Amino acid sequence: MTKKIATREAYGQELVRLGADNKNVVVLDADLSKSTKTHDFMKTYPDRFFNMGIAEGNLMSTAAGLATVGKIPFASTFAMFATGRAFEQIRNSICYPKLNVKIAATHAGVTVGEDGGSHQSIEDIAIMRALPGMTVFVPADAVETAACLRAAVEIQGPVYIRLGRSGVPTIHGEDFKFTPGEAVTLRQGSDVALVATGIMVSAALEAAEALATVGIQAKVVDVHTIKPLDIFAIVEAARECGAVVTAEEHSIIGGLGSAVAETLAEHHAVPLQRVGVRDTFGESGKPAELLEHFGLTSAGIVEAAKKVIAKKK
Amino acid sequence: MNEKIQSLQERAKAIRRHIVTMLGEAGSGHPGGSLSAADMISVLYFDTMKLDPEKPDWAGRDRFVLSKGHAAPVLYAALAEKGYFPVEELKTLRKLGSRLQGHPDMKKLPGVEMSTGSLGQGFSTAIGMALGLRLDGGNQRVYALLGDGEVQEGQIWEAAMAAGHFKLDNLTAFLDYNNLQIDGPVDVVMNVAPLPEKWRAFNWHVIEIDGHDIKQILQALAEAQATKGKPTMIIAKTVKGKGVSFMENQVGWHGNAPKPEQVEQALAELA
Repeated sequence: MTKKIATREAYGQELVRLGADNKNVVVLDADLSKSTKTHDFMKTYPDRFFNMGIAEGNLMSTAAGLATVGKIPFASTFAMFATGRAFEQIRNSICYPKLNVKIAATHAGVTVGEDGGSHQSIEDIAIMRALPGMTVFVPADAVETAACLRAAVEIQGPVYIRLGRSGVPTIHGEDFKFTPGEAVTLRQGSDVALVATGIMVSAALEAAEALATVGIQAKVVDVHTIKPLDIFAIVEAARECGAVVTAEEHSIIGGLGSAVAETLAEHHAVPLQRVGVRDTFGESGKPAELLEHFGLTSAGIVEAAKKVIAKKK
Repeated sequence: MNEKIQSLQERAKAIRRHIVTMLGEAGSGHPGGSLSAADMISVLYFDTMKLDPEKPDWAGRDRFVLSKGHAAPVLYAALAEKGYFPVEELKTLRKLGSRLQGHPDMKKLPGVEMSTGSLGQGFSTAIGMALGLRLDGGNQRVYALLGDGEVQEGQIWEAAMAAGHFKLDNLTAFLDYNNLQIDGPVDVVMNVAPLPEKWRAFNWHVIEIDGHDIKQILQALAEAQATKGKPTMIIAKTVKGKGVSFMENQVGWHGNAPKPEQVEQALAELA
Protein backbone atom coordinates (compact mmCIF):
# COMPACT_ATOMS: atom_id res chain seq x y z
CA MET A 1 0.00 0.00 0.00
CA THR A 2 1.22 3.47 -0.84
CA LYS A 3 1.87 6.18 1.74
CA LYS A 4 -1.26 7.40 3.48
CA ILE A 5 -2.23 11.03 2.92
CA ALA A 6 -5.02 12.87 4.72
CA THR A 7 -7.50 14.54 2.40
CA ARG A 8 -6.96 17.81 4.31
CA GLU A 9 -3.26 17.63 3.34
CA ALA A 10 -4.22 17.21 -0.29
CA TYR A 11 -6.60 20.15 0.09
CA GLY A 12 -3.87 22.43 1.42
CA GLN A 13 -1.56 21.55 -1.47
CA GLU A 14 -4.17 21.84 -4.21
CA LEU A 15 -5.43 25.14 -2.79
CA VAL A 16 -2.06 26.78 -3.47
CA ARG A 17 -2.19 25.56 -7.08
CA LEU A 18 -5.76 26.85 -7.46
CA GLY A 19 -4.59 30.18 -6.07
CA ALA A 20 -1.87 30.35 -8.72
CA ASP A 21 -4.27 29.47 -11.54
CA ASN A 22 -7.09 31.78 -10.53
CA LYS A 23 -6.54 35.20 -8.94
CA ASN A 24 -10.15 35.25 -7.73
CA VAL A 25 -9.61 32.35 -5.35
CA VAL A 26 -9.61 33.65 -1.77
CA VAL A 27 -9.54 31.68 1.47
CA LEU A 28 -11.22 32.25 4.82
CA ASP A 29 -10.38 30.36 7.97
CA ALA A 30 -11.47 30.46 11.60
CA ASP A 31 -8.19 30.25 13.53
CA LEU A 32 -7.56 26.69 12.35
CA SER A 33 -5.32 27.24 9.34
CA LYS A 34 -2.63 24.89 10.62
CA SER A 35 -5.20 22.13 11.05
CA THR A 36 -7.30 22.76 7.95
CA LYS A 37 -4.01 23.15 6.00
CA THR A 38 -4.96 26.51 4.53
CA HIS A 39 -1.76 27.96 6.01
CA ASP A 40 0.25 27.18 2.87
CA PHE A 41 -2.16 29.34 0.89
CA MET A 42 -1.89 32.02 3.59
CA LYS A 43 1.90 32.06 3.29
CA THR A 44 1.81 32.11 -0.52
CA TYR A 45 -1.04 34.58 -1.01
CA PRO A 46 -1.37 36.56 2.23
CA ASP A 47 -3.53 39.26 0.60
CA ARG A 48 -6.10 36.69 -0.43
CA PHE A 49 -6.29 34.97 2.94
CA PHE A 50 -8.65 36.17 5.65
CA ASN A 51 -8.37 34.81 9.15
CA MET A 52 -11.82 35.56 10.53
CA GLY A 53 -11.01 34.46 14.07
CA ILE A 54 -13.20 32.03 15.96
CA ALA A 55 -16.44 33.31 14.44
CA GLU A 56 -17.82 30.81 11.95
CA GLY A 57 -21.16 32.49 11.34
CA ASN A 58 -19.49 35.73 10.31
CA LEU A 59 -16.98 33.72 8.27
CA MET A 60 -19.68 32.11 6.10
CA SER A 61 -21.61 35.33 5.49
CA THR A 62 -18.39 37.23 4.75
CA ALA A 63 -17.53 34.53 2.20
CA ALA A 64 -20.95 35.14 0.63
CA GLY A 65 -20.21 38.86 0.36
CA LEU A 66 -16.85 38.14 -1.27
CA ALA A 67 -18.62 35.93 -3.82
CA THR A 68 -20.95 38.79 -4.81
CA VAL A 69 -17.95 40.83 -5.99
CA GLY A 70 -16.54 38.04 -8.13
CA LYS A 71 -14.31 36.19 -5.70
CA ILE A 72 -14.28 32.40 -5.37
CA PRO A 73 -14.06 31.99 -1.61
CA PHE A 74 -12.94 28.75 0.02
CA ALA A 75 -14.35 28.80 3.55
CA SER A 76 -12.55 26.41 5.87
CA THR A 77 -12.96 25.21 9.40
CA PHE A 78 -13.81 21.90 11.05
CA ALA A 79 -16.90 20.19 9.61
CA MET A 80 -18.58 20.35 13.01
CA PHE A 81 -18.49 24.16 13.15
CA ALA A 82 -18.90 24.81 9.43
CA THR A 83 -22.11 22.84 9.08
CA GLY A 84 -23.29 22.90 12.68
CA ARG A 85 -22.63 26.32 14.12
CA ALA A 86 -22.85 28.13 10.79
CA PHE A 87 -25.65 26.10 9.20
CA GLU A 88 -28.05 28.97 8.88
CA GLN A 89 -25.42 31.25 7.39
CA ILE A 90 -24.68 28.56 4.81
CA ARG A 91 -28.39 28.28 4.11
CA ASN A 92 -29.40 31.92 4.00
CA SER A 93 -26.22 33.82 3.07
CA ILE A 94 -24.80 31.25 0.63
CA CYS A 95 -27.33 28.73 -0.70
CA TYR A 96 -30.49 30.84 -0.82
CA PRO A 97 -28.80 33.42 -3.10
CA LYS A 98 -26.89 30.59 -4.91
CA LEU A 99 -23.53 32.24 -4.23
CA ASN A 100 -20.25 30.85 -5.45
CA VAL A 101 -18.79 29.78 -2.11
CA LYS A 102 -16.80 26.57 -1.59
CA ILE A 103 -17.04 25.21 1.94
CA ALA A 104 -14.02 22.99 2.48
CA ALA A 105 -14.59 21.43 5.88
CA THR A 106 -11.94 19.28 7.49
CA HIS A 107 -11.92 16.93 10.49
CA ALA A 108 -15.16 15.29 9.44
CA GLY A 109 -16.20 11.98 10.96
CA VAL A 110 -14.86 9.95 13.86
CA THR A 111 -11.25 9.95 12.59
CA VAL A 112 -10.88 13.30 14.33
CA GLY A 113 -9.89 10.88 17.06
CA GLU A 114 -8.81 11.95 20.53
CA ASP A 115 -10.68 15.29 20.57
CA GLY A 116 -13.82 13.25 21.04
CA GLY A 117 -17.50 13.36 20.22
CA SER A 118 -17.91 17.15 20.50
CA HIS A 119 -15.63 17.54 17.49
CA GLN A 120 -16.64 14.49 15.44
CA SER A 121 -19.08 15.61 12.78
CA ILE A 122 -21.26 12.68 11.76
CA GLU A 123 -24.26 14.69 10.54
CA ASP A 124 -22.71 17.09 8.05
CA ILE A 125 -23.52 15.14 4.87
CA ALA A 126 -27.16 14.93 5.95
CA ILE A 127 -27.35 18.63 6.69
CA MET A 128 -25.56 19.78 3.54
CA ARG A 129 -27.41 17.55 1.13
CA ALA A 130 -30.74 18.88 2.38
CA LEU A 131 -29.86 22.33 1.03
CA PRO A 132 -31.28 23.19 -2.42
CA GLY A 133 -28.54 23.77 -4.99
CA MET A 134 -25.69 22.52 -2.83
CA THR A 135 -23.14 20.19 -4.43
CA VAL A 136 -21.70 17.74 -1.89
CA PHE A 137 -18.31 16.12 -2.50
CA VAL A 138 -16.79 13.48 -0.22
CA PRO A 139 -13.40 12.55 -1.70
CA ALA A 140 -11.88 9.16 -0.94
CA ASP A 141 -8.19 9.98 -1.28
CA ALA A 142 -5.68 12.68 -2.15
CA VAL A 143 -6.16 12.32 -5.91
CA GLU A 144 -9.93 12.58 -5.66
CA THR A 145 -9.61 15.55 -3.30
CA ALA A 146 -7.60 17.53 -5.83
CA ALA A 147 -10.11 16.61 -8.55
CA CYS A 148 -13.07 17.67 -6.38
CA LEU A 149 -11.42 21.00 -5.67
CA ARG A 150 -10.69 21.71 -9.32
CA ALA A 151 -14.28 20.81 -10.16
CA ALA A 152 -15.55 23.01 -7.34
CA VAL A 153 -13.88 26.05 -8.90
CA GLU A 154 -15.61 25.30 -12.21
CA ILE A 155 -19.05 24.88 -10.65
CA GLN A 156 -21.00 28.14 -10.40
CA GLY A 157 -22.65 27.93 -7.00
CA PRO A 158 -22.20 26.54 -3.53
CA VAL A 159 -20.13 23.40 -2.98
CA TYR A 160 -19.45 21.45 0.21
CA ILE A 161 -16.23 19.42 0.29
CA ARG A 162 -15.90 16.99 3.18
CA LEU A 163 -12.31 16.34 4.25
CA GLY A 164 -10.67 14.20 6.90
CA ARG A 165 -7.95 14.58 9.47
CA SER A 166 -6.29 11.17 9.24
CA GLY A 167 -4.20 9.58 6.51
CA VAL A 168 -5.96 7.42 3.92
CA PRO A 169 -4.48 5.14 1.24
CA THR A 170 -4.32 6.54 -2.28
CA ILE A 171 -6.64 4.43 -4.41
CA HIS A 172 -6.73 6.40 -7.66
CA GLY A 173 -3.88 6.67 -10.16
CA GLU A 174 -2.68 9.89 -11.70
CA ASP A 175 -4.79 9.10 -14.79
CA PHE A 176 -7.98 9.20 -12.68
CA LYS A 177 -10.85 10.83 -14.53
CA PHE A 178 -13.27 12.72 -12.36
CA THR A 179 -16.69 13.90 -13.40
CA PRO A 180 -18.85 15.59 -10.76
CA GLY A 181 -21.99 13.58 -10.12
CA GLU A 182 -20.66 10.40 -11.76
CA ALA A 183 -19.87 7.56 -9.40
CA VAL A 184 -16.79 5.48 -10.16
CA THR A 185 -16.94 1.69 -10.41
CA LEU A 186 -13.66 0.46 -8.94
CA ARG A 187 -14.36 -3.26 -9.13
CA GLN A 188 -16.89 -5.38 -10.98
CA GLY A 189 -18.96 -8.03 -9.23
CA SER A 190 -22.46 -9.46 -9.31
CA ASP A 191 -23.20 -10.84 -5.85
CA VAL A 192 -23.35 -7.60 -3.85
CA ALA A 193 -22.69 -3.93 -4.51
CA LEU A 194 -20.53 -2.08 -2.01
CA VAL A 195 -21.40 1.60 -2.38
CA ALA A 196 -18.99 3.71 -0.39
CA THR A 197 -17.89 7.29 0.09
CA GLY A 198 -14.88 9.05 1.59
CA ILE A 199 -12.44 7.03 3.63
CA MET A 200 -14.77 4.00 3.48
CA VAL A 201 -13.99 3.49 -0.22
CA SER A 202 -10.62 1.91 0.52
CA ALA A 203 -12.26 -0.21 3.23
CA ALA A 204 -14.82 -1.35 0.65
CA LEU A 205 -12.05 -2.39 -1.72
CA GLU A 206 -10.42 -4.41 1.06
CA ALA A 207 -13.80 -5.94 1.89
CA ALA A 208 -14.26 -6.96 -1.75
CA GLU A 209 -10.87 -8.71 -1.66
CA ALA A 210 -11.88 -10.56 1.50
CA LEU A 211 -15.27 -11.52 0.06
CA ALA A 212 -13.60 -12.85 -3.08
CA THR A 213 -11.65 -15.33 -0.98
CA VAL A 214 -14.95 -16.88 0.09
CA GLY A 215 -16.38 -16.82 -3.43
CA ILE A 216 -18.45 -13.68 -3.19
CA GLN A 217 -17.98 -11.26 -6.06
CA ALA A 218 -18.55 -7.71 -4.90
CA LYS A 219 -18.93 -4.65 -7.10
CA VAL A 220 -17.36 -1.54 -5.55
CA VAL A 221 -18.78 1.88 -6.33
CA ASP A 222 -17.05 5.06 -5.17
CA VAL A 223 -19.63 7.80 -4.64
CA HIS A 224 -17.51 10.95 -4.43
CA THR A 225 -20.51 13.13 -5.19
CA ILE A 226 -23.33 12.68 -2.69
CA LYS A 227 -25.32 15.45 -4.36
CA PRO A 228 -26.28 15.35 -7.12
CA LEU A 229 -26.30 11.59 -6.54
CA ASP A 230 -25.55 9.30 -9.47
CA ILE A 231 -28.93 7.60 -9.39
CA PHE A 232 -28.17 5.71 -12.60
CA ALA A 233 -25.05 4.09 -11.11
CA ILE A 234 -26.88 3.17 -7.89
CA VAL A 235 -29.80 1.59 -9.72
CA GLU A 236 -27.47 -0.21 -12.13
CA ALA A 237 -25.50 -1.66 -9.20
CA ALA A 238 -28.76 -2.79 -7.56
CA ARG A 239 -29.94 -4.46 -10.78
CA GLU A 240 -26.64 -6.22 -11.33
CA CYS A 241 -26.13 -7.43 -7.77
CA GLY A 242 -29.60 -7.58 -6.22
CA ALA A 243 -28.21 -6.40 -2.88
CA VAL A 244 -26.47 -3.23 -1.72
CA VAL A 245 -24.24 -2.26 1.19
CA THR A 246 -23.51 1.39 1.82
CA ALA A 247 -20.47 2.50 3.81
CA GLU A 248 -19.71 5.94 5.18
CA GLU A 249 -17.90 7.57 8.09
CA HIS A 250 -21.11 9.34 9.03
CA SER A 251 -24.40 8.64 10.73
CA ILE A 252 -26.57 6.11 8.92
CA ILE A 253 -29.26 8.77 9.24
CA GLY A 254 -29.30 11.25 6.39
CA GLY A 255 -26.03 10.48 4.66
CA LEU A 256 -25.03 8.19 1.79
CA GLY A 257 -27.00 5.29 3.26
CA SER A 258 -30.17 7.33 3.37
CA ALA A 259 -29.60 8.77 -0.10
CA VAL A 260 -29.13 5.28 -1.53
CA ALA A 261 -32.16 3.96 0.40
CA GLU A 262 -34.30 6.75 -1.05
CA THR A 263 -33.06 5.97 -4.53
CA LEU A 264 -33.59 2.22 -4.25
CA ALA A 265 -37.03 2.59 -2.68
CA GLU A 266 -38.17 4.81 -5.56
CA HIS A 267 -36.46 3.09 -8.48
CA HIS A 268 -35.35 -0.46 -7.76
CA ALA A 269 -35.91 -1.89 -4.30
CA VAL A 270 -33.37 -4.52 -3.24
CA PRO A 271 -32.12 -5.56 0.21
CA LEU A 272 -29.89 -2.86 1.72
CA GLN A 273 -27.52 -2.81 4.66
CA ARG A 274 -26.03 0.46 5.87
CA VAL A 275 -22.57 0.64 7.45
CA GLY A 276 -22.11 3.86 9.42
CA VAL A 277 -22.42 5.35 12.86
CA ARG A 278 -25.67 3.97 14.25
CA ASP A 279 -27.47 6.96 15.82
CA THR A 280 -24.90 7.66 18.50
CA PHE A 281 -22.21 10.26 19.17
CA GLY A 282 -18.50 9.62 18.83
CA GLU A 283 -15.95 9.54 21.63
CA SER A 284 -12.23 9.90 22.28
CA GLY A 285 -9.78 7.35 20.96
CA LYS A 286 -7.24 6.77 18.24
CA PRO A 287 -8.76 7.08 14.76
CA ALA A 288 -8.15 3.39 13.96
CA GLU A 289 -9.62 2.34 17.32
CA LEU A 290 -12.71 4.42 16.70
CA LEU A 291 -13.24 3.01 13.21
CA GLU A 292 -13.00 -0.45 14.75
CA HIS A 293 -15.32 0.53 17.61
CA PHE A 294 -18.02 1.77 15.24
CA GLY A 295 -17.58 -1.07 12.77
CA LEU A 296 -16.35 1.27 10.04
CA THR A 297 -13.89 -1.31 8.71
CA SER A 298 -13.53 -3.80 5.90
CA ALA A 299 -14.64 -6.47 8.39
CA GLY A 300 -17.76 -4.45 9.13
CA ILE A 301 -18.52 -4.21 5.43
CA VAL A 302 -17.90 -7.95 4.92
CA GLU A 303 -20.33 -8.74 7.71
CA ALA A 304 -22.94 -6.40 6.24
CA ALA A 305 -22.43 -7.93 2.79
CA LYS A 306 -23.05 -11.44 4.09
CA LYS A 307 -26.15 -10.25 5.95
CA VAL A 308 -27.63 -8.53 2.91
CA ILE A 309 -26.85 -11.41 0.54
CA ALA A 310 -28.83 -13.69 2.88
CA LYS A 311 -31.83 -11.41 2.37
CA LYS A 312 -31.75 -11.77 -1.42
CA LYS A 313 -34.74 -13.64 -2.84
CA MET B 1 -27.67 72.96 -0.34
CA ASN B 2 -31.19 73.86 0.71
CA GLU B 3 -32.52 72.85 -2.68
CA LYS B 4 -30.78 69.50 -2.43
CA ILE B 5 -32.16 68.94 1.06
CA GLN B 6 -35.66 69.83 -0.08
CA SER B 7 -35.44 67.48 -3.03
CA LEU B 8 -34.22 64.63 -0.82
CA GLN B 9 -37.05 65.32 1.64
CA GLU B 10 -39.54 65.13 -1.22
CA ARG B 11 -37.97 61.86 -2.35
CA ALA B 12 -38.23 60.47 1.19
CA LYS B 13 -41.88 61.44 1.25
CA ALA B 14 -42.47 59.66 -2.07
CA ILE B 15 -40.72 56.60 -0.66
CA ARG B 16 -42.99 56.73 2.40
CA ARG B 17 -46.07 56.94 0.19
CA HIS B 18 -44.91 53.87 -1.74
CA ILE B 19 -44.28 52.00 1.52
CA VAL B 20 -47.78 52.65 2.82
CA THR B 21 -49.43 51.89 -0.53
CA MET B 22 -47.58 48.64 -1.20
CA LEU B 23 -48.09 47.34 2.33
CA GLY B 24 -51.79 48.14 2.06
CA GLU B 25 -51.91 46.14 -1.17
CA ALA B 26 -49.87 43.28 0.30
CA GLY B 27 -51.96 43.00 3.47
CA SER B 28 -48.89 42.07 5.51
CA GLY B 29 -45.34 43.32 6.07
CA HIS B 30 -43.33 45.76 8.13
CA PRO B 31 -44.24 49.46 7.94
CA GLY B 32 -42.66 50.80 11.16
CA GLY B 33 -39.02 50.05 10.44
CA SER B 34 -39.44 50.86 6.74
CA LEU B 35 -40.73 54.36 7.52
CA SER B 36 -38.03 55.01 10.12
CA ALA B 37 -35.32 54.35 7.52
CA ALA B 38 -36.83 56.34 4.63
CA ASP B 39 -34.71 59.48 5.04
CA MET B 40 -31.41 57.59 5.20
CA ILE B 41 -32.39 55.51 2.19
CA SER B 42 -33.43 58.62 0.28
CA VAL B 43 -30.00 60.22 0.82
CA LEU B 44 -28.11 57.03 -0.04
CA TYR B 45 -30.02 56.32 -3.27
CA PHE B 46 -30.53 59.88 -4.49
CA ASP B 47 -27.32 61.56 -3.44
CA THR B 48 -24.47 59.48 -2.06
CA MET B 49 -24.26 56.19 -3.92
CA LYS B 50 -22.79 55.77 -7.40
CA LEU B 51 -25.37 53.65 -9.22
CA ASP B 52 -26.69 53.06 -12.70
CA PRO B 53 -30.21 51.61 -12.80
CA GLU B 54 -29.71 50.92 -16.51
CA LYS B 55 -26.74 48.71 -15.61
CA PRO B 56 -27.57 47.18 -12.23
CA ASP B 57 -24.52 44.90 -12.46
CA TRP B 58 -22.03 47.69 -13.27
CA ALA B 59 -18.86 46.66 -11.41
CA GLY B 60 -18.01 50.22 -10.40
CA ARG B 61 -21.21 50.77 -8.44
CA ASP B 62 -21.44 51.30 -4.69
CA ARG B 63 -23.20 48.54 -2.76
CA PHE B 64 -26.03 48.74 -0.26
CA VAL B 65 -27.05 45.86 1.99
CA LEU B 66 -30.33 46.04 3.86
CA SER B 67 -29.26 43.94 6.82
CA LYS B 68 -32.63 44.56 8.51
CA GLY B 69 -34.24 42.79 5.56
CA HIS B 70 -37.79 43.03 6.91
CA ALA B 71 -37.68 46.72 5.92
CA ALA B 72 -37.78 45.51 2.30
CA PRO B 73 -40.54 48.00 1.36
CA VAL B 74 -38.21 50.99 1.89
CA LEU B 75 -35.62 49.40 -0.38
CA TYR B 76 -38.17 48.44 -3.04
CA ALA B 77 -39.62 51.96 -2.97
CA ALA B 78 -36.18 53.51 -3.48
CA LEU B 79 -35.29 51.07 -6.29
CA ALA B 80 -38.57 51.76 -8.09
CA GLU B 81 -38.14 55.55 -7.67
CA LYS B 82 -34.59 55.20 -8.98
CA GLY B 83 -35.84 53.39 -12.07
CA TYR B 84 -34.73 49.79 -11.52
CA PHE B 85 -38.25 48.58 -12.24
CA PRO B 86 -41.69 50.15 -12.79
CA VAL B 87 -43.34 51.74 -9.75
CA GLU B 88 -46.46 49.75 -10.70
CA GLU B 89 -44.64 46.53 -9.75
CA LEU B 90 -44.57 47.61 -6.08
CA LYS B 91 -48.16 46.38 -5.93
CA THR B 92 -46.96 42.79 -6.35
CA LEU B 93 -45.16 42.84 -2.98
CA ARG B 94 -45.40 39.49 -1.15
CA LYS B 95 -47.61 37.93 -3.83
CA LEU B 96 -46.93 34.55 -5.44
CA GLY B 97 -44.57 34.87 -8.37
CA SER B 98 -43.49 38.43 -7.49
CA ARG B 99 -39.91 39.65 -7.72
CA LEU B 100 -40.67 41.60 -4.55
CA GLN B 101 -40.33 38.88 -1.95
CA GLY B 102 -41.28 39.43 1.69
CA HIS B 103 -37.57 39.84 2.35
CA PRO B 104 -35.14 41.00 -0.38
CA ASP B 105 -34.03 38.35 -2.87
CA MET B 106 -30.99 39.33 -4.97
CA LYS B 107 -31.69 36.53 -7.44
CA LYS B 108 -35.09 37.93 -8.31
CA LEU B 109 -34.91 41.72 -8.25
CA PRO B 110 -32.27 43.89 -9.98
CA GLY B 111 -30.67 46.41 -7.64
CA VAL B 112 -30.87 44.13 -4.60
CA GLU B 113 -27.24 43.43 -3.68
CA MET B 114 -27.86 40.70 -1.12
CA SER B 115 -30.66 38.42 -0.04
CA THR B 116 -31.32 39.34 3.56
CA GLY B 117 -33.91 38.80 6.24
CA SER B 118 -32.19 36.51 8.70
CA LEU B 119 -30.91 39.19 11.05
CA GLY B 120 -27.19 39.71 11.46
CA GLN B 121 -26.14 38.04 8.24
CA GLY B 122 -26.45 40.93 5.81
CA PHE B 123 -23.98 42.99 7.82
CA SER B 124 -21.34 40.25 7.50
CA THR B 125 -21.92 40.01 3.75
CA ALA B 126 -21.28 43.77 3.50
CA ILE B 127 -17.90 43.11 5.11
CA GLY B 128 -17.16 40.47 2.48
CA MET B 129 -18.07 42.96 -0.26
CA ALA B 130 -15.83 45.63 1.29
CA LEU B 131 -12.92 43.19 1.60
CA GLY B 132 -13.31 41.98 -1.98
CA LEU B 133 -13.65 45.45 -3.51
CA ARG B 134 -10.62 46.69 -1.58
CA LEU B 135 -8.61 43.65 -2.70
CA ASP B 136 -9.26 44.67 -6.30
CA GLY B 137 -8.14 48.23 -5.57
CA GLY B 138 -11.56 49.67 -6.37
CA ASN B 139 -12.94 52.87 -4.88
CA GLN B 140 -16.50 51.57 -4.56
CA ARG B 141 -18.03 52.02 -1.14
CA VAL B 142 -20.27 49.61 0.76
CA TYR B 143 -23.23 50.72 2.85
CA ALA B 144 -25.35 48.70 5.26
CA LEU B 145 -28.45 49.44 7.29
CA LEU B 146 -28.88 47.68 10.63
CA GLY B 147 -31.83 47.58 12.97
CA ASP B 148 -31.42 48.32 16.65
CA GLY B 149 -33.08 45.05 17.61
CA GLU B 150 -30.83 43.34 15.07
CA VAL B 151 -27.70 44.21 17.04
CA GLN B 152 -28.87 41.73 19.68
CA GLU B 153 -27.64 39.05 17.27
CA GLY B 154 -24.20 37.73 18.22
CA GLN B 155 -23.14 37.69 14.59
CA ILE B 156 -23.34 41.52 14.50
CA TRP B 157 -20.52 41.69 17.01
CA GLU B 158 -18.45 39.07 15.21
CA ALA B 159 -18.83 41.24 12.13
CA ALA B 160 -18.18 44.48 14.03
CA MET B 161 -14.94 43.01 15.34
CA ALA B 162 -13.87 41.88 11.87
CA ALA B 163 -14.62 45.21 10.17
CA GLY B 164 -12.63 47.07 12.81
CA HIS B 165 -9.82 44.52 12.60
CA PHE B 166 -9.60 44.80 8.82
CA LYS B 167 -9.80 48.63 9.02
CA LEU B 168 -12.55 48.70 6.40
CA ASP B 169 -12.81 52.42 5.74
CA ASN B 170 -14.79 51.69 2.57
CA LEU B 171 -17.65 50.41 4.77
CA THR B 172 -20.29 52.66 6.32
CA ALA B 173 -23.23 51.40 8.32
CA PHE B 174 -26.38 53.06 9.61
CA LEU B 175 -27.99 51.87 12.81
CA ASP B 176 -31.70 52.68 12.69
CA TYR B 177 -32.18 53.42 16.39
CA ASN B 178 -35.96 53.66 16.73
CA ASN B 179 -35.92 51.80 20.06
CA LEU B 180 -38.81 49.48 19.22
CA GLN B 181 -38.81 45.79 18.34
CA ILE B 182 -41.60 43.23 18.04
CA ASP B 183 -42.01 42.51 21.73
CA GLY B 184 -41.61 46.12 22.91
CA PRO B 185 -39.03 48.82 23.58
CA VAL B 186 -35.51 47.63 22.77
CA ASP B 187 -34.23 48.68 26.19
CA VAL B 188 -36.91 46.53 27.84
CA VAL B 189 -36.64 43.44 25.60
CA MET B 190 -32.83 43.36 25.64
CA ASN B 191 -30.99 46.58 26.27
CA VAL B 192 -28.43 47.35 23.58
CA ALA B 193 -27.20 50.62 25.12
CA PRO B 194 -24.71 52.18 25.28
CA LEU B 195 -24.32 51.84 21.50
CA PRO B 196 -21.72 54.51 20.65
CA GLU B 197 -19.33 53.14 23.26
CA LYS B 198 -19.81 49.60 22.00
CA TRP B 199 -18.99 50.48 18.40
CA ARG B 200 -16.01 52.61 19.42
CA ALA B 201 -14.73 49.70 21.47
CA PHE B 202 -14.90 47.56 18.31
CA ASN B 203 -12.65 50.11 16.53
CA TRP B 204 -15.31 51.93 14.54
CA HIS B 205 -15.59 55.65 13.90
CA VAL B 206 -18.95 56.60 15.39
CA ILE B 207 -21.25 59.47 14.40
CA GLU B 208 -24.54 60.17 16.18
CA ILE B 209 -27.29 61.94 14.27
CA ASP B 210 -31.01 62.55 14.00
CA GLY B 211 -31.92 59.99 11.35
CA HIS B 212 -34.69 62.17 9.94
CA ASP B 213 -32.52 65.27 9.44
CA ILE B 214 -31.36 65.16 5.81
CA LYS B 215 -28.59 67.67 6.43
CA GLN B 216 -27.18 65.61 9.30
CA ILE B 217 -27.38 62.43 7.19
CA LEU B 218 -25.49 64.13 4.34
CA GLN B 219 -22.83 65.47 6.70
CA ALA B 220 -22.39 62.11 8.42
CA LEU B 221 -21.92 60.35 5.07
CA ALA B 222 -19.33 62.95 4.02
CA GLU B 223 -17.50 62.45 7.31
CA ALA B 224 -17.59 58.67 6.80
CA GLN B 225 -16.04 59.04 3.34
CA ALA B 226 -13.28 61.21 4.78
CA THR B 227 -12.52 58.79 7.61
CA LYS B 228 -9.44 56.65 6.97
CA GLY B 229 -8.39 53.42 8.64
CA LYS B 230 -11.74 52.69 10.28
CA PRO B 231 -15.26 51.72 9.25
CA THR B 232 -17.92 54.25 10.21
CA MET B 233 -21.09 53.57 12.18
CA ILE B 234 -23.77 56.24 11.93
CA ILE B 235 -26.10 55.80 14.88
CA ALA B 236 -29.31 57.43 13.74
CA LYS B 237 -31.98 58.23 16.30
CA THR B 238 -35.25 57.65 14.51
CA VAL B 239 -38.97 57.36 15.09
CA LYS B 240 -40.55 54.05 14.19
CA GLY B 241 -43.40 54.67 11.75
CA LYS B 242 -42.08 58.19 11.01
CA GLY B 243 -44.39 60.32 8.88
CA VAL B 244 -47.65 58.54 9.65
CA SER B 245 -49.11 59.98 12.85
CA PHE B 246 -50.94 56.88 14.05
CA MET B 247 -47.92 54.65 13.41
CA GLU B 248 -45.26 56.80 15.05
CA ASN B 249 -43.66 55.17 18.10
CA GLN B 250 -46.32 52.44 18.09
CA VAL B 251 -44.80 48.98 18.49
CA GLY B 252 -47.92 47.41 16.96
CA TRP B 253 -46.89 48.79 13.57
CA HIS B 254 -43.70 46.76 13.45
CA GLY B 255 -45.23 43.98 11.44
CA ASN B 256 -48.83 44.89 10.56
CA ALA B 257 -50.10 46.28 7.29
CA PRO B 258 -52.50 49.23 7.18
CA LYS B 259 -56.15 48.69 6.18
CA PRO B 260 -57.54 50.63 3.18
CA GLU B 261 -58.91 53.53 5.26
CA GLN B 262 -55.60 53.71 7.15
CA VAL B 263 -53.71 53.81 3.86
CA GLU B 264 -55.92 56.69 2.80
CA GLN B 265 -55.27 58.62 6.00
CA ALA B 266 -51.52 57.94 5.83
CA LEU B 267 -51.34 59.11 2.21
CA ALA B 268 -53.22 62.28 3.12
CA GLU B 269 -50.62 62.99 5.82
CA LEU B 270 -47.80 62.28 3.37
CA ALA B 271 -49.23 64.39 0.55
